Amino acid sequence: MSAAPLTEITLEDIESLAVGAWILGTGGGGSPYLGLLNLRQLYAQGHRVQLMSPLDLDDDDHVAVVSNMGAPLVGQERLADSRNIARAVEMQQEFGGFKFRAVMSVEIGGGNGTQALMAAAHLGIPVVDADCMGRAFPEAQMTSVAIGGLQPYPCTLYDPRGIEAIVTKVPSWKWMERASRKICVEMGSIASTCKAPRTGREVKDWGIHFTTTAAIRIGGLVREANRLHTDPIAALLASEGGKRLFTGKVVDVARRTTEGFLRGSIAVEGIDADRGSRLDLSFQNEWIVAWREGEAVAMCPDLICVLETLSGHAVGTETVRYGQRVTVVALKAPAVLTSPRGLEFVGPRAFGYDLDFLSVFDERAGAGV
Amino acid sequence: MRRIGIDVGGTNTDAVLLDGDRVIFAVKRPTTLDVTSGILDALKALRADPAARGPVDSVVIGTTHFINAVVQRRHLMKVAAIRIGMPVSASLPPFCDWPKDLAERVHGETFMLEGGHDYDGRPIMPFDTAGMRTAARRIRDLGLRSVAVSSIFSPLDPGCEVAARDILQEICPDVAVTMSHDLGRIGLLERENAALLNAMLHDLAVETVAAFRKAIAESGIDAPLFLTQNDGTVMQAETAIAFPVMSFASGATNSMRGAAHLSGREDAMVVDVGGTTSDIGQLRHGFPREANAVVEVGGVRTLFRMPDLLSIGLGGGSHVDAVSAKVGPLSVGYRLTEDAMVFGGTQLTATDIAVAAGLLDIGDRSRTTSIPKDLIAAALADARRLLEENIDRMKTEAADAPLIAVGGGAFLVPEQLAGVSETIRVPFGDCANAVGAAIARVSGEADQVFRDLSRDDAIAAALQIAERKAVTAGADPASLKTIEVEDMPIAYLPGNSLRVRVRVAGALDRTVAKREVA
Repeated sequence: MSAAPLTEITLEDIESLAVGAWILGTGGGGSPYLGLLNLRQLYAQGHRVQLMSPLDLDDDDHVAVVSNMGAPLVGQERLADSRNIARAVEMQQEFGGFKFRAVMSVEIGGGNGTQALMAAAHLGIPVVDADCMGRAFPEAQMTSVAIGGLQPYPCTLYDPRGIEAIVTKVPSWKWMERASRKICVEMGSIASTCKAPRTGREVKDWGIHFTTTAAIRIGGLVREANRLHTDPIAALLASEGGKRLFTGKVVDVARRTTEGFLRGSIAVEGIDADRGSRLDLSFQNEWIVAWREGEAVAMCPDLICVLETLSGHAVGTETVRYGQRVTVVALKAPAVLTSPRGLEFVGPRAFGYDLDFLSVFDERAGAGV
Repeated sequence: MRRIGIDVGGTNTDAVLLDGDRVIFAVKRPTTLDVTSGILDALKALRADPAARGPVDSVVIGTTHFINAVVQRRHLMKVAAIRIGMPVSASLPPFCDWPKDLAERVHGETFMLEGGHDYDGRPIMPFDTAGMRTAARRIRDLGLRSVAVSSIFSPLDPGCEVAARDILQEICPDVAVTMSHDLGRIGLLERENAALLNAMLHDLAVETVAAFRKAIAESGIDAPLFLTQNDGTVMQAETAIAFPVMSFASGATNSMRGAAHLSGREDAMVVDVGGTTSDIGQLRHGFPREANAVVEVGGVRTLFRMPDLLSIGLGGGSHVDAVSAKVGPLSVGYRLTEDAMVFGGTQLTATDIAVAAGLLDIGDRSRTTSIPKDLIAAALADARRLLEENIDRMKTEAADAPLIAVGGGAFLVPEQLAGVSETIRVPFGDCANAVGAAIARVSGEADQVFRDLSRDDAIAAALQIAERKAVTAGADPASLKTIEVEDMPIAYLPGNSLRVRVRVAGALDRTVAKREVA
């Protein structure tokens, strides 16, 4: 094992990570607040988390990929506990008979943005500055490692009552999603999971790199702007090369659940420069498509982020409400997600929209944006 | 019915007497340090008027006393926290997200016990009754007198919290117990925080309600006492002793409800202009729209039912900058009658501008002749801009809406505003908060997850629960009206799980009111 340089993640970084991960959650993935509380406690007890570059992994290193699976509402009662995610990682080690070099999150967006840090604090191993989505998505097969055709098993699931489950083999990522979702429901619709272990080589080839530092950077910009009373969204767009889609007020919210997902749409009525116009956003846990006058102007896997206009903090699909002042921005999707194979997994058709993916950042995109 | 409404504010204690829907008498008195003598002063003034004598059916008080105690860290008890749901949620114990100074002041002891429920009603673990007995004995031995009990998913199944209370009552019968499911919502930390805040206010609640009762008795009134809640409804004094947190933030709600009553409008924007700030809100079906989000009280996250209000620094006492003509957000506050120019002071205030413009006739108008005409116009334009921008922020529809202007500084609200169809002014508008207290209704709420029911059936089931709660709290069953229905499908849960939150309110039942006296 090479002695790769590590950077210590400060508690300030983690406070920023919580804000940034919520923005990268693109409306879904649950709030990182409870994960943040866990990390504040762990830091107060003397735990520290180190960050390592994915490029510093050795090819044959083992990397744990963690996520908390389940309904965010259940998470509001059964509060996140860092020991659970650490146990799910240990189960993988016991099953595989190896030690992990490091841990990474399956998704940087939403509450899962903090899970890898929580596990790492207990296990005393670093966090890899990477994830498998670069944002949040609703299902396990919507990852860069699934797009890469990497092995989807085994997956461990842990419930603190002492229920431990391992899905040892499945024919596809979709089957992994179905089988593990069933187990998760039995556990009370929340489970700590450690996905199929990855090698260092796989993380270097298929991981989405430097997303932890991106989340810390984005959250830090917003927090700093709030402190200085400057415009957080302008700072975010300047730093990340994002695009402002629309500024307005939420005038309609429609939600429904189908097949276990929270689906629906909101309407934003324009103010300031967008007065007289209207933007509609469709969501399935996360914001999926933005429509202007019936035309799709932004769509996943580009990140559609709805932010409180003044504070720049993210607005979730479960908490968005009438009258909120929001600015809708788009951030560029990681390249692996917009590849032809990537779009099969996470393009608009994967969410039931008969649309050809056209990035907001593509120069052919409509001038109306 | 003849009802007295009292609003105990930071500066003034207002009292009104209503006969049916009509305001018979209104009075303002300075709020006193002990609160009670201010109330007594106001009631004496009221009873001195011949029209205001005679029997009274109820006295309803709106007070910020309990929330102030939390914010100022005064009169707080040490409490024991009992969390049921282990081994789940163990890493984030009670008080984990509290400001340190407050936690240190009130944290007695924490007990974490096995038990609690899953979202579908299955137990997480059997309730550890032996552990609960040990905890109760320890609470008794430590001399702690107030306890907050929270259990995972208790809004769905309060069984563990009730069992814990029963054990406490058996082993330490003098201890006050707050159960989190009585306060509410899904969200364990926030619900538990509400229970802890409630538990630490127990002694103050007992003393305050006793003092209110004494003031009423001393003024010769023989009527049951009610306190208003955050959502503009009332609770019996006995309930207020058990749940002081339910009165947090009732002042602003009362003024919006009062505005609705005095204007006869159920759907409108309301602006309450005081000395220092203006509160802007929206009335829907006669009640203020509620904030949907987490509300911090003294630095503690809770999910209280609070009105969705925007407070801006514009009031009768706002400073006016003579160069920029900007109004506020600084204010002379309670020193208005000394510092404002019309009262012989040197500070140019919004009140001086209003007097100079002929909108208001108080103090010595001749002292305003030196104010340049264009400064008057620019300052009024700035006040207008502040109101227009912020009223628009609080609206939920683009169409023009009527605006009810109440409060002592309502003269600052122009007759015509962009986005406003008409500005409505009402008699007794400066005592709208006391009127709101007097007319407050009784409510009931349900917030539950329903499975395998159609949306209509789930809402009907929730309504039934809410109606039962309202009637138990003293509402006349025939007068119940649905105030709010909100349903939220839950992601990743099987069986078409639907979370439904409903609220109903009805008129105070006179027979219940009488029974409460005895």
